[in-house]
Amino acid sequence: MSNLLSLITFIPLVAAIILALVARSDSESALRNVKILTMSATVFTFVVSLFVLFGFDPSNTGFQFVEERNWLVGLQYKMGVDGISILFVMLTTFMMPLVIAASWNVTYRLKEYMIAFLVLETLMIGVFCALDLVLFYMFFEAGLIPMFLIIGVWGGKKRIYASFKFFLYTFLGSVLMLVAMVAMFADAGTTDLVLLLDHNFGSETLSVAGFQIIGGAQTLMWLAFFASFAVKMPMWPVHTWLPDAHVQAPTAGSVVLAAILLKMGGYGFLRFSLPMFPIASDFLTPLVFWMSAIAIVYTSLVALAQKDMKKLIAYSSVAHMGYVTLGIFAANQQGIDGAIFQMLSHGFISGALFLCVGVIYDRMHTRDIDAYGGVINNMPSYALVFLFFTMANVGLPGTSGFVGEFLTLVGIFKVNTWVALFAASGVILSAAYALWLYRRVVLGDLIKESLKSITDMTSREKMVFAPLIAMTLLLGVYPALILDIIGPSVAALVETYHSNVADHWIIHSATSTASY
Amino acid sequence: MGALIAGFGHRIIGDKAAQVLATSLLFLAAFLSWIVFISFDGHTESIQIMRWIESGTLTTDWAIRVDRLTTIMLIVITTVSALVHLYSMGYMAHDDHFRDGESYRPRFFAYLSFFTFAMLMLVTSDNLLQLFFGWEGVGVASYLLIGFYIRKQSAGAAAIKAFVVNRVGDFGLLLGIFALYFVSGSIKFENIFLIGPELAATDLHFLWRDWNAANLIAFLLFVGAMGKSAQLILHTWLPDAMEGPTPVSALIHAATMVTAGVFLICRMSPIMEFAPETMKFVVFIGASTAFFAATVGLVQNDIKRVIAYSTCSQLGYMFVAAGLGVYSVAMFHLLTHAFFKAMLFLGAGSVIHGMHHEQDMRNYGGLRTKLPYTFLAMLIGTLAITGVGIPLTHFGFAGFLSKDAVIESAYAGSVGGYAFWMLVVAALFTSFYSWRLMFMTFFGNSRASQSTHDHAHESPIVMLVPLAVLAVGAIFSGMYFYKPFFGDHHKVEVFFGIVEDTHVETKGQVDIWLPLISPANAEEAHSEDAPTSDNYSDPERHKGAEGYGDESHNMDRRGGDSKLGKGAIYISPDNRVLDDAHHVNWLVKVSPFIAMVIGFVTAWLFYMTKFNLPRRVAESNPILYKFLLNKWYFDEVYEVLFVRPAQWLGRMLWKVVDGKIIDGGINGLAMGLIPFFTKWAGRMQSGYIFNYAFGMVIGVAVLVTWVSIAGGR
Repeated sequence: MSNLLSLITFIPLVAAIILALVARSDSESALRNVKILTMSATVFTFVVSLFVLFGFDPSNTGFQFVEERNWLVGLQYKMGVDGISILFVMLTTFMMPLVIAASWNVTYRLKEYMIAFLVLETLMIGVFCALDLVLFYMFFEAGLIPMFLIIGVWGGKKRIYASFKFFLYTFLGSVLMLVAMVAMFADAGTTDLVLLLDHNFGSETLSVAGFQIIGGAQTLMWLAFFASFAVKMPMWPVHTWLPDAHVQAPTAGSVVLAAILLKMGGYGFLRFSLPMFPIASDFLTPLVFWMSAIAIVYTSLVALAQKDMKKLIAYSSVAHMGYVTLGIFAANQQGIDGAIFQMLSHGFISGALFLCVGVIYDRMHTRDIDAYGGVINNMPSYALVFLFFTMANVGLPGTSGFVGEFLTLVGIFKVNTWVALFAASGVILSAAYALWLYRRVVLGDLIKESLKSITDMTSREKMVFAPLIAMTLLLGVYPALILDIIGPSVAALVETYHSNVADHWIIHSATSTASY
Repeated sequence: MGALIAGFGHRIIGDKAAQVLATSLLFLAAFLSWIVFISFDGHTESIQIMRWIESGTLTTDWAIRVDRLTTIMLIVITTVSALVHLYSMGYMAHDDHFRDGESYRPRFFAYLSFFTFAMLMLVTSDNLLQLFFGWEGVGVASYLLIGFYIRKQSAGAAAIKAFVVNRVGDFGLLLGIFALYFVSGSIKFENIFLIGPELAATDLHFLWRDWNAANLIAFLLFVGAMGKSAQLILHTWLPDAMEGPTPVSALIHAATMVTAGVFLICRMSPIMEFAPETMKFVVFIGASTAFFAATVGLVQNDIKRVIAYSTCSQLGYMFVAAGLGVYSVAMFHLLTHAFFKAMLFLGAGSVIHGMHHEQDMRNYGGLRTKLPYTFLAMLIGTLAITGVGIPLTHFGFAGFLSKDAVIESAYAGSVGGYAFWMLVVAALFTSFYSWRLMFMTFFGNSRASQSTHDHAHESPIVMLVPLAVLAVGAIFSGMYFYKPFFGDHHKVEVFFGIVEDTHVETKGQVDIWLPLISPANAEEAHSEDAPTSDNYSDPERHKGAEGYGDESHNMDRRGGDSKLGKGAIYISPDNRVLDDAHHVNWLVKVSPFIAMVIGFVTAWLFYMTKFNLPRRVAESNPILYKFLLNKWYFDEVYEVLFVRPAQWLGRMLWKVVDGKIIDGGINGLAMGLIPFFTKWAGRMQSGYIFNYAFGMVIGVAVLVTWVSIAGGR
């Protein structure tokens, strides 16, 4: 089947349209049907995406399952996956059924809620599959709308502030990206990503308003893309929207945000910044390194001071994304392998952690750490699950968290030992904040009156966690499942990157010697 | 072997059956390990199980490597672990920390088994990464078991402290692994063991300057060892770890996990040997720890803390030995220590169990008659740890032989004598606090309330059997294993498979070794019992070595009947400490014995005859006493230096930088924008967030498209 990717992309959208047009939400059974329809749509998407995975040939580093057709006003519709993007598609399709299962008890405006998530799924998959600049931008930006609504409508008390903050931050970054995209089109004459990847953007030093810009057009475009992706990641210091968004978002929203939306930034770096603007990347690597190193230490320290569970986990997410950016810009096999691995594993782990918070939030309706303590007494299986993901978050060997962290650190050590030192200190700090959270929430005697009647996880909740635990362990023990798929594509990426950078310096030194 | 290890991994659920199952599995494992140990032929075997992390040139497998070091660790771990499992069946039978009907025992046994599994992964690994897996795994098991009493606040705090302090060490270890990979391109033992000399000649740029690669890597790895083995600076977690149940203290915090650091140093001996500066540092830290911990042990009142500090101190001994390059002696002390320290802990556990979880020695006294078997066991343990034996012979309790071996090596190996004196003084203190513990607990009059004393009871048989087995170990292990570990240079080499090492490796290695070995050859040739190390390049001598191997085969009880295999440890030809240690002055040999006697006599004086003497001494030196009682104020200093600043910084960054500076700026911008766009969208004041949102989206999108298209053209 040649249109498999379009199929998985648009199944959720079709389901959403059906929901919007057909489903009623006036009775108990109608609501049930809504949930079942949504669930089956996401599961079906996942099953179809498995065909893509099994049909994928890792040794081919080009794009596969490519579809191309004309679209309105001369724009083209082009989809395809390579070793870098396919697993993000899988991550999305894998997480969505779990997300839906986790929101089984939503009652307020259920139909709209489900529609929002289905639309969001389409857009997220679209981002990872799109092979056309315009198409990518549309998916990338449109994804903001359902998320904005999810936070704004089904969120907590300060949801309006949080949703606007989320929207403005990410949107302002994207505006610059759009400008750069237009410039790219003007320069290369195409919006086809495959062609753009082979295009050499100008890197001669430019002089703009009296400033010398080394790397020229590449640097400018790189910065514009960076503005967008850095916010999405999020990188320090533009991370402050994330804690607010997470805290206010409903559980399922947090899960999607942490597990998938944050990965778009990293994916963007890998798809655009590194291969298309190698000279600029090389030139600006120190900036990224230091921003990431600061992010790891800074946000870990901030996480130590948090009183709100979701905020703590949100800050920890920022720290983990710091490893990702470090790995990507280390620009060697281990670094990028590690970065991709870290993104995928963080998808499972942080998603699961937000679900963990959701479990007790559903019962007590507070995220305040001080309101808990000793829940292990009444919730032994919850304590076990939470412990598992706490350890995975800390990067315990044997869980997937370790593999990503280890590989990125190996990669970064090769390039800059100072940065590696700071990044590795995150290992200590993450243990401190994660275990401290666990102790305050789970351990101790159950003395708080309000908690006396708290009940352990239901079998539905256990069913949600089971696949996540399985994936975290499986990837921790046998990471080849992922590394074998991404390896060749990453190797190709690294090779072209370094040959481009080397070419540049050869030409550069040649011209400079010639001029002397 | 694979099945052997996988067997422990099973986490078992189900109450009584689980206990029995876990325990019997471990006995099976212990039995198998002894078979492996006894039949082990010096071969190094590697078994690949599964691929693990592969990325570019970095490849790692799950694999098992068996050599002499591994087999030693195997018997220590499985034996002690099996006994502790058995013991726990009695010890954990009733626990006031848990309510009636609460099922905590399976959890306990599952954790114990998980620990054993992780520990076995650690010692059988064939690469650094898998070692790190085990390393962290035991860390987690330790975290879980220290915090086992979930309702106890102090237990939770101690568990976190243990984990986080260990993580500081792991941070060093990780960096060490990175550095090693960076230099050598591999983290497999078989590859990195060959490159020691290259490392010594390489410079590695790390942080602000270039370092000698071997020294740097060895140092970073040692930082990891410091964390796990509770050496000075990173030792603070060990005493607190006593919050866990006593069997756990015996297994993890005395016999096995804390010795992982020593194991790491011995395992990495092919690199350590080329890092002289780091080795000096190791000796220094080891000796200082031995001394420091012994001083603190003098004044502690909690029975478990006394033993904890004693563990800390004995680990210092091991590091001194390892740092001097006499790895066999370090392993020897590790082995004997595992027996007698596990016994002391289990004995202490038996006392605590008998006294209804009272741990303060001031409330003991006169228990000799109440707990006769426990008393006997503790007595043997004390004799072993203080090193009782007949001077200048090889007859004595386990500690006598191994500790004296360390001290003699320290004398022979340490130039300044710092390590030697520290260790002798520490031996004196060891003797003092060990006997103090004995006298306070078992002799004199009871200081407990009448009813507690009356109800004090001897422990059940499942707890006494392990004590008996360990007692045998504490008495005889020293004498039995003396020869292969320390007694004779040659036997040590056969035992650890070093002689044969040369045989196999000759082809591949000869180019590397040649320049290094040659100068040493001349020297070693007329060294009286060094028939081996110089066989690397000389085929004639090589045959001689095989001859030796055959001879010693007959003498060596545990059948070093192999010819081929790789050495478990590496001792460079220049390293003569092992030989020199046999030729030290008799005064040196007697010194630990004298120290022991002095310690014993003083303790006798203080706690058996003149009861008010301890108080008088304490009162006349209040500052010193306080200083020791508060463990040299390490915890307090760390609190001020690290914990509080981290918390303060976290709050400051959050509230001020995140809240005021970053958000302040953004909000200012946002507050200006939102009203603008909503107005622009046509005053849709319906109050729904949808309308605002769509208004904004459309507005911004149109604006931006216009701007960009205009700009692009």
